[in-house]
Amino acid sequence: MSLVIDRASYRYAGAAAPVLHEIGLELEPGRVLGVVGPNGAGKSTLCIVAVGLAPRTIGGELTGRVAIDDLDTTKAPAPQLAQAAGILFQEPNTQLASAAPTVWEEVAFAPRNLALPLDEVVERTWTAIEALGISGIADRDPARLSGGQAQLVALAGVLALQPRYLVLDEPTSQLDPLGTRLVGDALARAAQATGAGILIVEHKTDLLARLCDEIAVVVAGRVVDRAATNKILADDRLSGWGVLAPADLRLRKAVEAAGLEWSASWVPAP
Amino acid sequence: MPAQPRRLPDFVARPQHGNYRGLNPTTKLVVAFTTALIALGVRGWAAPSVVLVVMLALVVWAGVGRRYLPYLLATSPLLISIVLINTFLYPAHDVAFTLGPLVATGSGLTAAGQATLRVLAFATSVALFALTTRTDELVDDLERRGLGRRAAFILSTAIGTVPRMVERAREIVEAQRARGLDTQGGIRGRLRGLLPLAGPLVLSALTEVEQRTMALEARAFTAAGRRTVLRAYHDSAAQRALRWALTVLTAALLITEVAGWLSRLP
Repeated sequence: MSLVIDRASYRYAGAAAPVLHEIGLELEPGRVLGVVGPNGAGKSTLCIVAVGLAPRTIGGELTGRVAIDDLDTTKAPAPQLAQAAGILFQEPNTQLASAAPTVWEEVAFAPRNLALPLDEVVERTWTAIEALGISGIADRDPARLSGGQAQLVALAGVLALQPRYLVLDEPTSQLDPLGTRLVGDALARAAQATGAGILIVEHKTDLLARLCDEIAVVVAGRVVDRAATNKILADDRLSGWGVLAPADLRLRKAVEAAGLEWSASWVPAP
Repeated sequence: MPAQPRRLPDFVARPQHGNYRGLNPTTKLVVAFTTALIALGVRGWAAPSVVLVVMLALVVWAGVGRRYLPYLLATSPLLISIVLINTFLYPAHDVAFTLGPLVATGSGLTAAGQATLRVLAFATSVALFALTTRTDELVDDLERRGLGRRAAFILSTAIGTVPRMVERAREIVEAQRARGLDTQGGIRGRLRGLLPLAGPLVLSALTEVEQRTMALEARAFTAAGRRTVLRAYHDSAAQRALRWALTVLTAALLITEVAGWLSRLP
């Protein structure tokens, strides 16, 4: 049982060339896989391909195989895929349904779509809201949120689906350090408590260092490397791939380059 | 001790209380729809007058008189144009008075009065509904009665679309202005600024359609069956009877109007 992307290439409808080339990745339940790479590398496309929205919803041409557990993403019904793998888009405002007068109802949108009993809708909605610490804005109008708040609400909407896999496209891009930490904590808890597999695209490598078991590097639509988090983040090629190493690693390298002895106590605990 | 199941929060449950507001949302929709149809569809003085009086009484009973005034003001440009056009341009010869080169006819004044009455009655029906019924409660009640999820979603989002487009237009105007485009000043300047505004506005709306479609699919919007309804609204035999009575009355009035049987009414 895993989310498998097997030699997948994808070309958008009307585009001359594919955006993804022969991508091979596998995500097991309970594992967190980070994806890094420069802008325009195809990371967002990888996300929508991973959950089956491409080519099912937006067209285009997919070769290779993408499967979520035993569901072929090109054949399985969309609602079944949505429950198997939830996706958080980079732009939270387009993710929100804009049909709910309060944040609580916005988060409840997906469980309601599943026609679950009301008690379960209520339970799932509160659980997702509390996991992200947004109970204080539960009665607010979703159209009147800051970018960071909207991102948390959109993520809560995904968590309320309780999918077996989470695919997150820069989930903290609009968040301040506190919000980033909150999301990091919530994702770590979600991975541990629900056993969900998480694929997370992020530029904030500090967050990835905390969360991920492994990291894949995507450059120009290809996976150029995939290894344990520590190994990738310490790789000297990282800056060449357009990725900034975590602050503590950069500090450590600078200290060692200056001929000094590094002490882990210099870095405060997250 | 087992944990207590969590409840629907009060700000979501929000039951409607008060005169008229406490009625079932579908009852209020039927009242608005049928009275608006009668006001617009039945000629003469009697029908729109009755609708207007009843609607004004309901506005007062519901306690929304103060909030009703802006709706009334919003109709004033339309009313003024109706009065002027009918009074002075109505094709008739029964001169009532002259105003310089303009000639007002008796038939024109009658037509102007009836049209004004119809618009006022229609606007009051719509205003009463809008002021006493929230979109989400109406959609919830209609979904409970079997309205499909697509229709419910369109109904919910359509009302929110206009303010969102206005907000987007404002952002684009600010962005264009920051790039040095003159979007203020005289009419020519504003017209020149229209194209750089319309292009991005339309294109961004079209782009958003694809993203929103994906977002809806990702949130299981296309799942089978009826969505879970969060709230149930009070309904009663009396309200059901009222809805049927209004529907039948409206149909009967419109049929008799079309057939010409109401021509003997004032």
